Amino acid sequence: MEKVIDIKHLNKSFGNHEVLRDVNFSVAKGEVVSLIGSSGSGKSTLLRCINLLETPSGGEIIYKGENILDRNHDVRQYRTHLGMVFQNFNLFNNHNVLKNCVVGQQKVLKRSKAEAEENALKYLEIVGMDKYINAKPSQLSGGQKQRVAIARALSMSPDVMLFDEPTSALDPEMVGEVLKVMRMLADEGNTMLIVTHEMEFAKEVSDRIVFMDKGVIVEEGPPSQVLVNPQHDRTKEFLKRTLKQ
Amino acid sequence: MSLESILSILQDNWPSYLRGAYITLLIAIFSTIIGALIGLFIGVMHTIPLRKKSFKSVVLKIINIILSVYVEVFRGTPMIVQAMVVFYGIAAYGYVMDTFIAGVLVVSLNTGAYMAEYVRGGIVSIEKGQYEAAEAIGMNHFQTMIHVILPQVIRNILPATGNQLIMNIKDSAVLSVISVTELYFSASSVAGATFKFAEPYLIACIMYLIMTFAASQLLRFLEKKLDGPSDYNFQTGKEVA
Ligand SMILES: Nc1ncnc2c1ncn2[C@@H]1O[C@H](COP(=O)(O)OP(=O)(O)OP(=O)(O)O)[C@@H](O)[C@H]1O
Ligand SMILES: [Mg+2]
Repeated sequence: MEKVIDIKHLNKSFGNHEVLRDVNFSVAKGEVVSLIGSSGSGKSTLLRCINLLETPSGGEIIYKGENILDRNHDVRQYRTHLGMVFQNFNLFNNHNVLKNCVVGQQKVLKRSKAEAEENALKYLEIVGMDKYINAKPSQLSGGQKQRVAIARALSMSPDVMLFDEPTSALDPEMVGEVLKVMRMLADEGNTMLIVTHEMEFAKEVSDRIVFMDKGVIVEEGPPSQVLVNPQHDRTKEFLKRTLKQ
Repeated sequence: MSLESILSILQDNWPSYLRGAYITLLIAIFSTIIGALIGLFIGVMHTIPLRKKSFKSVVLKIINIILSVYVEVFRGTPMIVQAMVVFYGIAAYGYVMDTFIAGVLVVSLNTGAYMAEYVRGGIVSIEKGQYEAAEAIGMNHFQTMIHVILPQVIRNILPATGNQLIMNIKDSAVLSVISVTELYFSASSVAGATFKFAEPYLIACIMYLIMTFAASQLLRFLEKKLDGPSDYNFQTGKEVA
């Protein structure tokens, strides 16, 4: 299958603290991959390295056959192909819901206002936020903000969606509405890389589960294997700990 | 001092007072706007992320040091002294500036030095997440500033700008030392011509108060206007596109 992103020997250190060590993995087109692991294992760092919010210390990130870590690669162009959804939504507070989904399309992708708005509305409808186009982020609940953030990322027509614990900052009653949207996106064949602590959800939607511990990938495979019948002690221990909670 | 003597002074001198008040307002408004722009510029320069050891970063660092010196000098000295130094300093090189221009220059530079700090504070107070979100959709630093950060910073520094406008209305009085014909200058001229002191300055006092009060009301109105309605109305997609 065609690989959208292929990561080879990725390393990342903060000072002399090695957070990622020789990480190798890839995401294929249409695949839904969930990244799990205990707190501090480097999941967010890996995701942030993929869209270069953090600069990797070494290794390669291959996108469309090119190593984007090459010095002369256009980073901003590359970033537009990745849709990032943050734990804390990070909506633009000065813009209303519609403008949040439009500004990037207009200023970065140079789409016309009409085209950008039409596109934004399409995705706002998908996430069920099309009635709120005039609202400012401060007027929305956490779940609503996150759905707008998802629409904003989708509006850029990315090849992959990256989610960093999209429901962790939400009150429990709002987790469902966001997961529902994500489930729908997964069903529609979007390529998704999801960092999550929602094991039940990961099991349902993922084609593949990647378990990380202390900066290395310990085990990966289909949910039926990694979550139900893990091979490694560290995976077993992690699952025992999380399921107990 | 009686009401009659005040009224008689006003009757004889109101055009001079009005002209003075007009100049005061003009200086205060121009200087506040120019000063805010200077402050925005410095605030942005101070927060450009530096990539280590590039030529650009060295140039930027030098510019920022110069800007910091400017801020310290203008915040650390009285405006009345700055006015003398700027006006007579430039005059010493054989160029006599228009006093109005010199006045606007001094008050602007003074305002800019104060606003720079507010802007810098305003920029760093915006959560890192919004920068990252902008970066993640492919915006460059400049686009992020223009479309995401500065609109919020400008809203946040509006109260400080309003204060600065009020200060400038009052403090431009010191420009009379370089003979700018603002309101205080008018009052002293009237005092000199009538040999009365309490009345001419009391009149000026009231006029200053009216101007500062009007300015603060106007700014409050502007703030409300910028914040928009406190609730949103539902709208269906079709009405927008
Ligand atoms: N900017 C940074 N500077 C220094 N250390 C960092 C930085 N960001 C992350 N780290 C460290 O890297 C390690 C991995 O962090 P990371 O956020 O990737 O973990 P995580 O798996 O996402 O954890 P969580 O489940 O709590 O979100 C941690 O030890 C963290 O302290
Ligand atoms: Mg994390």
